[in-house]
Amino acid sequence: MNTLHFPFLELAVFLPLCGAIATRLFTRTDSAKKVAVLAAAFTLAATVAAWLDFYSLNVPVAQDSWDLIDRLTTFDFLVIDELSAPLLPLTALIYLVTLLTTQRTKAQRFSFTWTLVSLSIALATFASRSPWCVIVLLTVATLLPYFELRRREKPTGVFVTHMLAFVFLMLVGQSIIDFEGDVEVHSMIAIIPLIGAVLIRSGAAPTHCWMTDLFEHATLGTSLLFLTPMAGAYATIRLVLPIAPDWALRSIAVISLATAIYAVGMALIQKDTRRFFCYLMLSQSSLVLVGLEMSTPLGLTGALCVWLSIGLAMTGFGLIIRSLEARTGRLNLTDYHGLFDHVPSFAGFFLLMGLASVGFPGTIGFVSLELLIEGASQRGTITGSVVVLASALCGIAIMHAYFHIFTGRQHRTSISLKSSNTERVAYLTLIGLIVGGGLLPQPGVATRYHAAVELLSQRRRELVEPIGEHVSKADPENERDEANKRVERDEADEDPELELTMPANANNRRSLDPKSD
Amino acid sequence: MNLSIAVLMSFFGACAIASPAVLVLFFAMRSVLNVPTTERIISWATQTVVTIGLLSSVSVLALMLYTGSRHVEVEMGNIVLVPNDEFHFHLKFVFDRLSVPFCILSFVLVGTVGTFANRYLHREPGYGRFFLFYSMFLLGMVCASLAGTIETLFLGWELVGLSSTLLIAYFHDRQAPVVNGQRVWSIYRIADAGFLLAAVALHHATGEGDFVGLMGSGPWPDGHASLSSSQALGIGSLLLFAAAGKSGLIPFSSWLPRAMEGPTPSSAVFYGALSIHLGAFLLLRVSPILQLSLPLTVMVVVLGLTTAIFAAFASRVQTDIKSSLAFASVTQVGIIVTEIGLGFYYLALIHIIGHACLRTLQLLRAPTLLRDYTVLENAIGGRLSTQAPVVVKGIPEALSKFAYRLAIERGGFDAAIERLITHPVASLFRLFDRYERKWTDLLSRKASRDSDAVPVIDAKEDWA
Repeated sequence: MNTLHFPFLELAVFLPLCGAIATRLFTRTDSAKKVAVLAAAFTLAATVAAWLDFYSLNVPVAQDSWDLIDRLTTFDFLVIDELSAPLLPLTALIYLVTLLTTQRTKAQRFSFTWTLVSLSIALATFASRSPWCVIVLLTVATLLPYFELRRREKPTGVFVTHMLAFVFLMLVGQSIIDFEGDVEVHSMIAIIPLIGAVLIRSGAAPTHCWMTDLFEHATLGTSLLFLTPMAGAYATIRLVLPIAPDWALRSIAVISLATAIYAVGMALIQKDTRRFFCYLMLSQSSLVLVGLEMSTPLGLTGALCVWLSIGLAMTGFGLIIRSLEARTGRLNLTDYHGLFDHVPSFAGFFLLMGLASVGFPGTIGFVSLELLIEGASQRGTITGSVVVLASALCGIAIMHAYFHIFTGRQHRTSISLKSSNTERVAYLTLIGLIVGGGLLPQPGVATRYHAAVELLSQRRRELVEPIGEHVSKADPENERDEANKRVERDEADEDPELELTMPANANNRRSLDPKSD
Repeated sequence: MNLSIAVLMSFFGACAIASPAVLVLFFAMRSVLNVPTTERIISWATQTVVTIGLLSSVSVLALMLYTGSRHVEVEMGNIVLVPNDEFHFHLKFVFDRLSVPFCILSFVLVGTVGTFANRYLHREPGYGRFFLFYSMFLLGMVCASLAGTIETLFLGWELVGLSSTLLIAYFHDRQAPVVNGQRVWSIYRIADAGFLLAAVALHHATGEGDFVGLMGSGPWPDGHASLSSSQALGIGSLLLFAAAGKSGLIPFSSWLPRAMEGPTPSSAVFYGALSIHLGAFLLLRVSPILQLSLPLTVMVVVLGLTTAIFAAFASRVQTDIKSSLAFASVTQVGIIVTEIGLGFYYLALIHIIGHACLRTLQLLRAPTLLRDYTVLENAIGGRLSTQAPVVVKGIPEALSKFAYRLAIERGGFDAAIERLITHPVASLFRLFDRYERKWTDLLSRKASRDSDAVPVIDAKEDWA
């Protein structure tokens, strides 16, 4: 496999761990915050460097040079590919801005140490392609919010029940997949648990209650960091997309569409800002799953673009709510709070990020949503219409929240609520990316398109390739070329109408990477 | 065409589009960076930009008349291109017989109102905010007017919607403007959904969003759409729905009086003159599609006529001048839509221009209505007549009362939407919420919602 010029991935995973240890050395929260921010900033730099290094190589997959972990294990642990390349910096950025915007009033309850540990796990997850690696890391990631709930003496029943089901279904599904080995099509007994697992982790209705419960009881920062990188979508791509037949993907899409509408309907009637945000996030992230199902380059490109745009926009949106909570306490949406005159910049950022998440023109979400709708409409008019409707209702919900939080009356306070410099830097960075991505969307769309094509070709290789031939090939690059040629040959024989979907009589499954076999 | 003239046209065209964009950028940067700016600078920037935009548009018109050209394009290229799947997001602006008058009208009216607002809002705390939204509105109108692709039109359409909503809620210390702003935004978003679906459907039917490709090669209004009758009916219905939302046609006509909660300058230019005509403009732009389907044409005519008759009644019973003018505007827009349905495109365009100018004047004079009445009565030497017209006297009393109630309740459209859609949907989701609470309480073995403890100051449910 191709290697990066420097072990950026290992650096990105270990830097936060070092930062986590360092934060334990400081008793003052201000100092701990500075260390955590520094660690997250260096981590972001490492992930950006990995991204740039990866694109300079011009290969579909690359691993770290001097890969220490690789030598200790029998599989590729940390790799970067078209899909994960921008997700790594996105995740690091989400953590960095969360740490940057943490106010003193929140710092007592928000653990910098565990946040950095969580960052390390999240980056390791997004840098893993092997199903079992992803499963283990996703399982470990669920422990951190659980510990926080325990530490805060909050009820854990809802979270634990759902996460146990998630982990159990993942383990069962993947075990059966491995047990079945290379078969033509995996059995429903293997695929359904995996679908159930990713739907629970993505918060598909009716298994979404753990999300609202987490927002109710955990700190807002922890809840945001657990949801906004969208690990559920990543699990879908790594665990389900390569092996699932069309009916499985279609069922995920139908459930996700229903969730998108249900969640936005719930967002409209919520009386609490956190719950409102949770449902809004759920509705938006469900649209990503809808796009992932389409198994067409355009639909998948749309989904991957929406993933990035929602990741940025909803993080900013949630963090502004967190910043406001740090000043006023929890906000309800039955009252008008009239905060505009005190924090006009927050009002502007709130509106801009909210509208970016629903694809307002001039923001990163616009072209993303257009692509998703275009892709969804190729699948069917109803799918496209539901996506449009969900997006329109999300827009109404966002304006509803904006008016309630920032307008409606004069807010009187004896202290200054103005934004701090670190907050301004964090939000302006996000705004820069959101508007910049909206005005110059082509580079982002192009990379996501390549990722979509790569994922689809991987899916086809997994489902079409006959077994046996690849075992004798020593060089993975030759193997990939051969596989691509075979896929092209097969495609030429296929009906053009079915070109981008999985053939009904799919042959044996295989992986291109001998290590993962 | 002479090359230098073509270059000049492109230059002036680009100036007309870029000038409002520069204004938005200026105001946005000012707000984001929190730079204190005096009213004089804001006013100067606004007037300069509007003047440049207006002169550029007029220059394009002059050059078009000089060369006899009826169709000038300003290409910005594809901002997104996915070649293998033929997806592209094309940014193109077109100067033709429809767009140039509308663009010049926008610059003239927005410029007039800018000058008016400069004095009207002097020392208002939200002076800078008003001009930020004002610049967004101008950019939206110019983009929508000159759009050469349906995506560009949508871009302008959305900007107009957002800036209008924020201007309606301009006096945001009070709840009424905010609630009305939310209502208008809700209607806009639903209408926008129709627009977006129509755009996607058009892409699928014709493979492109370019108006030249959609409407044939002939300049407006001589183009011929390459759609079947059924496709035209489906897509046209969605576009008519979008236009109805934007132009306040039935059943969305209640948003216009609500929009009058904003400051007078914004009400005048935005909802009385320009914004309300945007739906009619859309129908004019896609007029070749309307021609392809008789049922669609009938729908347009019926919707226009019904709106005009209803709004004429409603305007006569309003108790404040701005609401009365708002329904008078809806009446005229209904007539304009009818004209479009009947195929009188040039008449509709002239009607839009005349009506927009008149209504701007009336709305700007609205705050001084009593003084104007006094001047008028002094001039004629007696009281103005308050007697009902002769035709009203002949109507049976029961019918008269019914019509009065219908008009005073604004057709009951708001109440009907509330009763038939909003309330049942909200009730359904509240039921789901209760079930969710039971489920999480069960798993938590106690009350599961910390948010119940959040103090409520003034509980009032008002979501639209």
